[in-house]
Amino acid sequence: MKVVVDLNVCDLHGLCVETAPEVFEMGDDGALRVLNATPPEDLRGKVDKAVRECPTGAISIEE
Amino acid sequence: MLRRIVIVGASLAGLRAAETLRDRGFDGVLTLIGEESHRPYDRPPLSKQVLQGTWEPEQTFFHKKDGYDALALDMRLGVRATSVDVRARRVTLAGGTFADYDRLIIATGARVRTLPGTASRAGLLVLRGLDDAIALRQELMHARRVAIVGAGFIGLEVAASCRARGLHVTVIESLPVPLSPILGRTLSEMIAAMHRDHSVDLRTGVAVTDVFGESRVTGISLSDGSRIHADVVVVGIGVTPNIEWLEGSGLTLDNGIVCNGYGEAAPHVYAAGDVARVANRWHGDSPRIEHWTNAVEQAVHAAENALAGPAAGTSFSSVPYFWSDQFDRKIQFIGRARPHDEMVIVDGSLADRRLTALYRRGDRVVACLTVNQPRALIKYRKLLAGGAAWEAAISGTAVS
Repeated sequence: MKVVVDLNVCDLHGLCVETAPEVFEMGDDGALRVLNATPPEDLRGKVDKAVRECPTGAISIEE
Repeated sequence: MLRRIVIVGASLAGLRAAETLRDRGFDGVLTLIGEESHRPYDRPPLSKQVLQGTWEPEQTFFHKKDGYDALALDMRLGVRATSVDVRARRVTLAGGTFADYDRLIIATGARVRTLPGTASRAGLLVLRGLDDAIALRQELMHARRVAIVGAGFIGLEVAASCRARGLHVTVIESLPVPLSPILGRTLSEMIAAMHRDHSVDLRTGVAVTDVFGESRVTGISLSDGSRIHADVVVVGIGVTPNIEWLEGSGLTLDNGIVCNGYGEAAPHVYAAGDVARVANRWHGDSPRIEHWTNAVEQAVHAAENALAGPAAGTSFSSVPYFWSDQFDRKIQFIGRARPHDEMVIVDGSLADRRLTALYRRGDRVVACLTVNQPRALIKYRKLLAGGAAWEAAISGTAVS
């Protein structure tokens, strides 16, 4: 899976950072960062949840 | 073997439940029933982008029409559910048709309250659904003076959007300080001051006594004897959970559908979102929560438990979170504060209206509010979820 964040849409709610800290991080510059754009399959449940929880729909998974 | 899952309610919670069921591999018949004819849409933009005119209503749809192909839903829109028979595992729909289920997820949400004893007329509006937003936007195009009844988050967001359109805005609130039961006095006063600085005429400690105008609204009168002329009156005085259709079903109804920590209202029946009162370990009780994030979390939780079954389910624990965008400020709040909790600003200031505040009850930190400081929220969300001690939270700010 490939994780993509649309930073133009990201509104910094930060829910993904809590749900999947292995994949998402809030950078020192205050912007969201994808730590690992191709996380292992065992993180799919967490990434799915992060996608569902994002208030602005900024996260998507490309297979 | 689960073959049929029925979800009643096709808004955020209903849709997220459906998506999660498919994410987790459910490949049986998945029925999504919605009373509105629109396909599922997102509510937060209604009071902001849609009212301000920066988004077209269609941009609030979660998925394009063909976006539903992969979910393979039996989607029935414009259909109202009228009752549930939990023994026969059957939902009855308006028109006399049925939907039988192995698992049922109820996400029927809430509806707006209207001013009691007030007849409907042109220019008297509410904001809850997409049709409401379209109608209100249409009215605002021709309005000059808007009166908003209720200075909750919806009322204040509508006020900010109306100011962005250059309209004259009066907001009426019965509390002496709007939002103060939720945010405490100091920060609520800061938000009120922000609105006044943006030329919102905010009248507090007063109630609406009458609405004028025959076929079309012309104004309102207040309990202090004053009279306000308005071309449009928007009522935002809270919501009522949609539970009446469940009376007689045997489910426990008390300001919502009462559920255990597994999100179950009865065997094989789950509830999520604005209509649900799910026992929450973090809270220690079963609050009814009307936040966007709560709807998602409970929907995901209910869907996972519906698939796992009672023996393998997990109990719900979540720190509530909501946000509100007003003018150029993003207000974010996690946890739950009570009026007498101590509040300490740990970063920023009231004067800048850019700050991070923590709420203390005894030796615990129970809530955190940020204004235009989203990064701080992430840190405190983690601390709150872990039930952080006050001293640890405060010292955490010292080292970061």
